[in-house]
Parts: sequence; C-alpha cells; structure tokens
Amino acid sequence: MAKILAVDDSASMRGMVAFTLRGAGHEVSEAENGQLALDQAKGGKYDLVLADVNMPVMDGISMVRELRTLPEYKGVPILMLTTESHTDKKMEGKAAGATGWLVKPFDPEQLLATVNRVLG
Amino acid sequence: MANVSMAQFHQVFFEESLEGLDNMETALLALDEGGDKELVHTIFRAAHSIKGGAATFGFPEMSAFTHEAESLLDELRDGRRPIDKPIIELLLRSVDCLRGMFARAQAGQPLNDEAAEALRGELAAAMGREATTEVKARRSGDRADAWTVRFRPHPGMAASGNDPLRLMRELKALGEMKVTADLDKLPALDKLEPGECHIGWTIELRGQVKRDTIKGVFDWVEDECDLSIEPLHVVAPPAAAEAPKAAVADVATARAAREGAPAASAESSSVRVSIDKIDSMIDLVGELVITQSMLDQFRENFDIAKLAMLQEGLTQLARHTRELQESVMGIRMLPIGSVFNRFPRLVRDLSAKLGKNVRLDMHGEHTELDKTVLEKIGDPLVHLVRNAIDHGLEMPDKRRAAGKVEQGTLRLEAFHRGGSIVVEVADDGAGLNREAIVAKAVQRGLISSGEGMSDEAVAELIFQPGFSTAAVTTDLSGRGVGMDVVRRNVSDLGGSVTIRSTPGKGSVFTIVLPLTLAIIDGLSAAVGEESYIVPLVSIVESVQLKTEAIRSVAGGGELFRFRGEYLPVIRLHEVFGCAGAVRKIEDGLMIVVEGEGTRVGLFVDGLNGQQQAVVKSLEANYRRVQGVSGATILADGSVALIVDIAGLVRLQSRRKAA
Repeated sequence: MAKILAVDDSASMRGMVAFTLRGAGHEVSEAENGQLALDQAKGGKYDLVLADVNMPVMDGISMVRELRTLPEYKGVPILMLTTESHTDKKMEGKAAGATGWLVKPFDPEQLLATVNRVLG
Repeated sequence: MANVSMAQFHQVFFEESLEGLDNMETALLALDEGGDKELVHTIFRAAHSIKGGAATFGFPEMSAFTHEAESLLDELRDGRRPIDKPIIELLLRSVDCLRGMFARAQAGQPLNDEAAEALRGELAAAMGREATTEVKARRSGDRADAWTVRFRPHPGMAASGNDPLRLMRELKALGEMKVTADLDKLPALDKLEPGECHIGWTIELRGQVKRDTIKGVFDWVEDECDLSIEPLHVVAPPAAAEAPKAAVADVATARAAREGAPAASAESSSVRVSIDKIDSMIDLVGELVITQSMLDQFRENFDIAKLAMLQEGLTQLARHTRELQESVMGIRMLPIGSVFNRFPRLVRDLSAKLGKNVRLDMHGEHTELDKTVLEKIGDPLVHLVRNAIDHGLEMPDKRRAAGKVEQGTLRLEAFHRGGSIVVEVADDGAGLNREAIVAKAVQRGLISSGEGMSDEAVAELIFQPGFSTAAVTTDLSGRGVGMDVVRRNVSDLGGSVTIRSTPGKGSVFTIVLPLTLAIIDGLSAAVGEESYIVPLVSIVESVQLKTEAIRSVAGGGELFRFRGEYLPVIRLHEVFGCAGAVRKIEDGLMIVVEGEGTRVGLFVDGLNGQQQAVVKSLEANYRRVQGVSGATILADGSVALIVDIAGLVRLQSRRKAA
C-alpha cells in the first residue's frame, strides 16, 4: 500500500484515478491544480504523484519542476497523465523532472499496471 | 468490471464538461470582442479536458470531434493561424455541437449525427486537411528470439524517480537474462554521490520479444540514458494485419461498455458545493455540540441560581441553530452567473440577426439563488432579453435620429434587496408606447378605452394573456408566448415581475424572487380551528372593515373598496370549508394580497403573528390542492397549510366565470 497524490482539474478523471487506486488498497489524496498539489505534497510525504499536464493556476509541468526542488521529493516517482496528441509534452515533463507518463485515455487496468511498475 | 465502475463518473464528467463548454463559449465571445489572446489557453484547456475525459469514459465519437477542435485551437494558440471571425464562429458552432452530443450521451442515444460529422469535416478543412480517423496503426517493430541490450543511465536518472532496478525487473519479465555490469565509470568512494548512477549494463535477453516491447521498458528514460538494442538472431517478420484489428476491438469494447450501462443515464441531479461552505457548517455543528453539552449539565442538577446560565445557553442554541440553518440553505444556493452566461451569445446572435447594435452589460453574476429557482428563471429571462432587443431597442438609424448613441445598451443585473433577490432587465430603448398598447388592448377587448388610466395601469396591460404590441410578429419573441407566461412562471417561483418605462429612455423589468423555496416568511392567520400561512411577499396590508363596506354583486360575489379600487373578497373559511370561523366582516380581518398582478381581500378571523415556515410539499405527501402551495408544521406541532395566492386568485376568477 502506497500514499499517492492524484492531481487533475477534472473531477471525473481524479475520481476515476482515486477510485481505482483505492480499490487496489492505496491511500489516495486529491488536488485540483498544481499549486494545491504542491501545498499538499509539502504537508506529507507521498510515495507517488500522478499529475495532469493542462491545469489552471499551475500546470503539471511547473508543478513537477517545483516538486523536484524539494529535497524530500528527489527520486520520488512522478507520472504525468498526458494525451497522445502531445508527445512534446511528455518530453517537456521529463525535462522538468517527471519519472514518466501515462497516456490518456487509459482504463483502470492500465493505470494499475503503470502504478505497479513504478512502485515495484 | 472496470467498465461498470467507470459509469459512476459519467455524471461528474457530464457536469464538468458542460461547465467547460460554458467557459469556452464565454471566452470565445470575449475573443470576438477583441479580448486577450490568453483566452485561447482557457478555451484550449477546456477542449483538452473534454477530449481526455470522453476518451477515458468511453465516448470515442465525442473524443474524435473534440480532437479536431483542439488541434485547431492548438494552431491558434501557437499563432500558426490568426484568430478571426469565421474561426470563432466555427468554434462556437462546435461548442453547440458538443452540447448536443452531451445531451444525447445523457439520454443514452447515439452520439454522432450528420451535423456533427459535417462540422468535424469543417474543422479539419479550416486546418487545410481531412478529418483524421482515430484508428492508429501501431508499428509492430521487428522480432528476434534474442537481444543484446546496452544500457548506461546518465548520472541524474534516479533523481527523476526512475530506479534502474525497476527497469531490470521489467526486462526480466520478458525473458531469460544474462547481465554484465560495466564499472569503469565508477568514481572513487570519496567522490561517490549516492543518489547518482555510475554503472552501465550489457544484457543478453533470450525470448520471443519485439524490439518495441524492450524499447517500451525504457520509454520514460530514453533521454536519460545511452541505449542500444541489437538482435542476436533475426526471425521472419510477423503478419501485418494485427494492429488495426486491435484498434477496432477497442472501439467495440467502449461501445459495449456504454450500452451495457444504461442505468447510468438516469441522472439524479446534484449540486457542487464549495469546501468553504462545508467547513463552515462543520464549525457550526461543532458549536452546537458544545452548546448542547453545556445545556446537558442542567439536566442532572438544576437550581434556580443557574437560570441566567440556562437562558444564556438557550440563546446560544437559538443563534447556532439559525446560523446552521442559513448555512445548510446556502448549499442549495448557486451563483446566477450560470444563467447569465448564455446571454452574451444570445444577444450577439439576436442583434446580428435584427441588424441592431447592442452592448450587453451584466452585473451581479455572483449573486446566489436557490438551485430550483435558478433552473426555472432561465426561460423568463430569455424571454425578457429577447423582448428588449426585439421590441425595446431601436434600429441604429432610429436611435441616431432620436439623438441617442447608435449602440443600445441592455443591462442585466442581479442583487440582494432585503430578503429577496432582484433581477433587472433594462434597456435604453424607446420605452413602452402608450398609444400602441391602449389601441391593442381595446382591439383585444381587454379594455374599452384608455381614458383615465394611469401609465402604470397601461403598462400592466402587457402582462395580460394574449397581448402583443409588435406590428409584425417576428419569429423571435412573438410566438404567442407573452409576458403573461413570464409573469406566471415567476409567480410559480413565489416571485413577481413589474415594469417601469420612460418614453424615449427605455424600460426596466424587475423580477423579485424569494431567496429560497424551502423556507418562506409568512403571516399565520387563524380561520376557525385552523391556521393558514399567508406568504409575506404577497401581502399588501391588513384592514378591519365594517359590514357596510362590503357590496354584494350578482352571482354571490362580494367586493370592497380599497384605495379607489374594488377588490373581490375571498373568504378562506368558504374556500377550505372551516367550521367555527368568523362570518361577520367586522369581527374578522381582511388581508389585502396581490397575486399575478391582481389584488384580492382574504377574509380571516385574525392574525397569530409573523413566522418562518419550512415548506413541506403537499404533492409529495398527499396530492396537489388548488389554492395551497404546501404545508408546514407549527411550533405546537400542528399542521398549517400555506396559501397559494396566485392559485386562489385563479380559483376565484374561475368561480366568477362559472
């Protein structure tokens, strides 16, 4: 069981991700933009962060960049939830320090497989 | 199984997407007005979210459509394509089209129609190509039964959360491995940075694996390592037809998922509540609990010396209960902005169609209204706005001739006044034409002549059923739906509509609505053994009359004179058949009330006082009763009916007619 932070401005996406991961026994917190996620991440150490790219207030890429400046988030897996039309975004996310990505649309099985991949 | 769990997020997805479409529309209209180019980002983000959600929740047609719109927006965002009127028009039509798709999705109908398909083509054409089909042929890559993988991570790879050990584990799952470590870049112990990667590996992997599968293991770290994948032995290429078949199957599963979950389309309506509101409620409940435990101590040992404390506690309890009540009521309150949102588009389209130049001025979008009121106020407002543009505001040349600026102004404003919400629709047009109204009313047989009628009384005529002043009935506001329907709709919500008009200066329609439908302020009136609640908003005043003041008319009706007007008397005890009620006029009380613009006198025994009544539906618990809008429970536990003034007035006029 891991502590996971799910970040997406879409409540349905966040709900789906959280529901799936909770179903697999993980402890999931939710945040609806990068800034809120950052505040939350500072408050407690997460084992994995899943973040959407396009969000208001603070986008996912800036969030990753900020997270990686925190010593306790060096090496913590951060996955970007991105859409296939934006392959450049994957690389931008990586350059900011993301571990990898999960391409939307994904179904619960794919989500769990990817999460298990990074959590080991 | 996974698909079943997915259906529970459909409703949230629909709601947030419709909200996103509203935002897109607002931003597009602002762009049309020459707004900030930054707005394109907002529009793009909304489209992007809808596309992602649609694909995830099994609406491939919607996702494909949004994909085209998103691509176009992407080009606008990057400045590869200028933002001009035709593009904005096209995107606005796409918003409408998507709304249609959502409506069909919610109803569980097929999403695509010809119009959607045609519009998708138009979007693609705007980008100078044909619409893409979403079937992606995946490159299968070559196959071998053994591979040599050389992998050397860059020193910083682990910092991005990619543990080399994980990659090894994933490779191991593909086949049998023989690994040699390459330590030549390993620094001396005193120079070793524990968080960095210094070791490289050469891996011999034996198994029937595609190159792409191996590459897939390293897909996240391609830019953070040196990687080479070489076959040890090459085998014949596989059959090519595999990939498209898989894609088709995907679409089929998605469709099956949707059809398999018809229950999800039966919506229950929901409200999104801000966390602040919930937090404040939790605080209040906390306060209540504290007060309760404080009061609890008096149960065991009470002596009269503690009376002051007990009273203090009860006062606190009353305050917290009231605050909690307000707070809970607040959950149902939503900003009227969600209704106002549709007007920029409506005004734009309508004024363009009529050749008028209209500026829309909106204020008070944050004013909150009960959700039920909000849902029902849209149509009356649309009617008033259409009316103002169609009949109120003049053509540009006429305005210039009258010495006004060519651009007419339509003001839409919401604000609080006392315990009510006021919504005003004002225009700076020609104002009501007294002669035209009188002539029409005479023609319709509503009045015999306009002589001696005040301007207010003339203005009231437009609320009469079947009234229309437009010389030519346009397809916009003259469809037989008149101001009488607006008034009826608003009064069904417990509100009222009035008009104030100045010739040459314009008209103001004022809608006054109750804050909530769940609780009303009323006067409790006694009739025989019973109590009735009369809504405070409809009360004009109460008078005590002498029997001589009442005149009987043919057919058994009664009238009394009130401020120069003869008003009909409605005896509540007769309507509801109450025993033991006061019958003599001078022993009782006449409450003058107004409903749907008509005043009547309600005859009751007397008043018990003012009180707030929590409305319980009679329809839900019993059946609909003419002249009664609901019931409430009084402080002594007995039940009182809430009088529906408009309904009583209708009942009265029907009796008169019979």
